[in-house]
Amino acid sequence: MSRRIIVPFGPQHPVLPEPIHLDLVLQDERVVEAIPSIGYIHRGLETLVAKREYPEYVYIAERTCGICSFIHGMTYCQAVEQVMNLEVPERALYLRTIWSEYSRMHSHLLWLGLFADAIGFENLFMASWRLRESVLDVLEETTGGRVIQGSCKVGGVRRDIPGETLDRMVGDLAGFERDFKEIANVFLRDESIIARTRGVGVLSHGDAYHLGAVGPTARGSGVAIDLRKTGYAAYGKIHFKPVVETDGDCYARCAVRVKEVFSSIDIVRQAAAKIPEGEIEVKPKGNPNGECFSRAEQPRGELVHYVKGDGSRHLVRSRIRTPTLTNVPPLVKMLAGCELADVPVIVLSIDPCIGCMER
Amino acid sequence: MAFFEMAKTAILTTLKSPATRRYPAVSAKVAAISRGRVTIDPSRCISCGMCMRKCPSGAICVVKDDKTWSIDRLKCVVCNCCVEVCPAHCLVMETGYSPSITVHEGIELVHITYVKPERPPRKEPEEKSEQG
Ligand code: SF4
Ligand code: SF4
Repeated sequence: MSRRIIVPFGPQHPVLPEPIHLDLVLQDERVVEAIPSIGYIHRGLETLVAKREYPEYVYIAERTCGICSFIHGMTYCQAVEQVMNLEVPERALYLRTIWSEYSRMHSHLLWLGLFADAIGFENLFMASWRLRESVLDVLEETTGGRVIQGSCKVGGVRRDIPGETLDRMVGDLAGFERDFKEIANVFLRDESIIARTRGVGVLSHGDAYHLGAVGPTARGSGVAIDLRKTGYAAYGKIHFKPVVETDGDCYARCAVRVKEVFSSIDIVRQAAAKIPEGEIEVKPKGNPNGECFSRAEQPRGELVHYVKGDGSRHLVRSRIRTPTLTNVPPLVKMLAGCELADVPVIVLSIDPCIGCMER
Repeated sequence: MAFFEMAKTAILTTLKSPATRRYPAVSAKVAAISRGRVTIDPSRCISCGMCMRKCPSGAICVVKDDKTWSIDRLKCVVCNCCVEVCPAHCLVMETGYSPSITVHEGIELVHITYVKPERPPRKEPEEKSEQG
């Protein structure tokens, strides 16, 4: 039996967009065990809640993550609104849904590009990111920011999307869908992608469930959890099915994300068709007094925001539990037994967002 | 399983013109409401300090006695909060970004030139306008 050696992986690694460190215990070329360590980019955003007034903390909550920022802001707002018993106008809920889905599309396209890059498929990486640019353009045009939208506020949203813009957005989605179909085909059917991802990093249904996997990582293993089904924002009035794959390998997780882009397109179309006219915000009265957990489905999985207020302008506690944190134990499970050369692909397959995880 | 799935996209890409712009020869794409950088109209600022109090990153400093308004561009996260809260509407969010810098040029200082209008000597209770 050969000797075991430890290969450090990260925090700086060409395939990692953000720093996470893994100690890979190897026997020959096979990973026996992976020991993760985190904490390279902790920013203390939760502590800031006590130093900023609660309406201004939205800006900070949003900056927890540079990709799913809108959903962070929205989840925080939902929590505060629940504490303050605010009834958010219907139109604002629909707008939140539309922006959430655009965020999802842009996040998934970003991930698909990074994944193609991790496999070594540069051309596909560029094609994905070119397509992502058109989603970012829509976000910039409707909210003012490409990745940090800043359009959510306690009690509603800051900006409305005028009817004709909404119509044009829906019209443009047809072209986007056509272009995305082209690259979706590559992700789902191309020989070289299948060779790199099928049967790699398998996570069984039981493991996914017991280790607390969330989002596409869980759905790729057949665990049909999708927080959008709880009906927050306007999701309760929209028909969609969680995308579930059963193989639990990297290919399945990739397929879930590819199919979710199509489901997002569909959700935007439905929301644009159903969106009512009316107010987009209510003015919050008084200060939050109480505590609340609020959950939402990020592109990476379930996000939890906890807030606690004591009746002053400043909240006393905020806690953010992001999907990547819960996806690390499943990742460790997937890595055990894999080939060293597959580690980058497997690590990326959970869509790690470390900045978000460490807050 | 299929081969050459990417061929169509790849060939079309080589035939099309680049997806990126030739910046700076061609100006960057911005929307009408893009958040680029904050600017102030010093002739209308009433030194109330609201922007300083609400700024989530603490980038703005208003000193009432010296009549100065300053912003640290590297701290500003361009969130639009100050523009929203300013009661005198003297802050504007421009669409163009600040040019990138290699040396921290320090804090940008603006001298406020707003002059509180003289109260007319008579009819005092009626005109109490403080804003320019
Ligand atoms: S845009 Fe935001 S971060 Fe920048 S100065 Fe204004 S409030 Fe502060
Ligand atoms: S810029 Fe506006 S908010 Fe800031 S001190 Fe001047 S008037 Fe007040």
